[in-house]
Amino acid sequence: MALRMWASSTANALRLSCVSRPPLSPAFSLSRCFSSVLDGLKYASSHEWVKHEGSVATIGITHHAQDHLGEVVFVEVPESGGSVKKGGSFGAVESVKATSDVNSPISGEIVEVNTKLSESPGLINSSPYEEGWMIKVKPSNPSELESLMGPKEYTKFCEEEDAAH
Amino acid sequence: MTVPQASKVGLPLMNLVRFKGVPILKQLHLEERLLRTSSDNWCIVNDGTNAPTIVMGLSGKPSELLEVGSVLQDKVPVIKRFTGGGTVIVDPGTIFVTLICNRDSVPGVQPYPRSIMHWSGLLYNEVFEGFGDFRLHENDYVFGNRKFGGNAQSITRKRWIHHTSFLWDFEARNMAYLKLPQKAPEYRLARSHMEFVCRMKDYMTRSVFIDKTLKAMENHFSVRPVEVDVDASVHDAGFVHSTKVLMKHELEEALPISI
Repeated sequence: MALRMWASSTANALRLSCVSRPPLSPAFSLSRCFSSVLDGLKYASSHEWVKHEGSVATIGITHHAQDHLGEVVFVEVPESGGSVKKGGSFGAVESVKATSDVNSPISGEIVEVNTKLSESPGLINSSPYEEGWMIKVKPSNPSELESLMGPKEYTKFCEEEDAAH
Repeated sequence: MTVPQASKVGLPLMNLVRFKGVPILKQLHLEERLLRTSSDNWCIVNDGTNAPTIVMGLSGKPSELLEVGSVLQDKVPVIKRFTGGGTVIVDPGTIFVTLICNRDSVPGVQPYPRSIMHWSGLLYNEVFEGFGDFRLHENDYVFGNRKFGGNAQSITRKRWIHHTSFLWDFEARNMAYLKLPQKAPEYRLARSHMEFVCRMKDYMTRSVFIDKTLKAMENHFSVRPVEVDVDASVHDAGFVHSTKVLMKHELEEALPISI
């Protein structure tokens, strides 16, 4: 109970909500306040997220991914106008001593790239679902979104993956 | 009749390639191609490269990491590799050990930098046991607080590479081509290159190191030696390497502007 009150007052201070509502900002999963998994997004098993709004889908890497990668020091993103294929790599992030591929959960044409990431790669750590978005894509096959995981499924997937190691 | 070795039963297969004196560019091209286009596990050992070469990580900037004027004057080649990590100058005294693995071949290791790095530290613990105060320290292999092995990785959806340049020996004057990096491990404590690194030759011979490394691999993999023609394998139609040699003009652009 005390934890819930603390969480509630802190959430108010941060203007967050644990209740789903038509959002100006994304709602958090009911099961965990300050959840690292957001409602309204779809998730790939390689830890990228997709937010489909109208004819455009925004793609980035999840909180789980950035947490496991460590401090991101460099981001490689493609040029706008290129294409991505479901499951194919479109860019990379560098963290610690590693470059890690970032894969597209869907196929389509890249219509916009987050150019802020070249100067501020840390946005991927600090704001993986908002300012840390990587590319925006016009999906060529919207049905591909249906095969992706929802928030509950992805949360369970992450928990099982971590437990297995 | 051959009696199968019980310890090898169930271990994933690993192809072992041994080179001596192969140019580092060819080695990196081979590694990148194997990571991206092969589905096998590989261990590559290159016992020294043929000539002093500077190798930067993917995001390395010559202006920040190199004494570009000296590098240009002495015509030292500079390579930008496909993996992350820092800048090294390699030469015949450097021993390279590379592991390219399917993620499923190394259970218990998540395809993330820290997990792979930790596992590698356990592997090399087996190699260096009894040879010095070895440990993995902030992503470097050290004896005491002196670095002798630098690591870098690249991670794809299903595979990863972890490669190491071991300073069995080095020319002190070559270190002068490298600036003190802005991002340095905490334990470096602003030490100069010569105060920060040490030579493996003070601890073991080349052959003992390589033999013990291969023995450690055999505890985790079923290792089979294979022959690879590094020259033939470099030119693989359809695969575009990202590892490249920096051109003279790219280095010249990194020269400080004199007023």
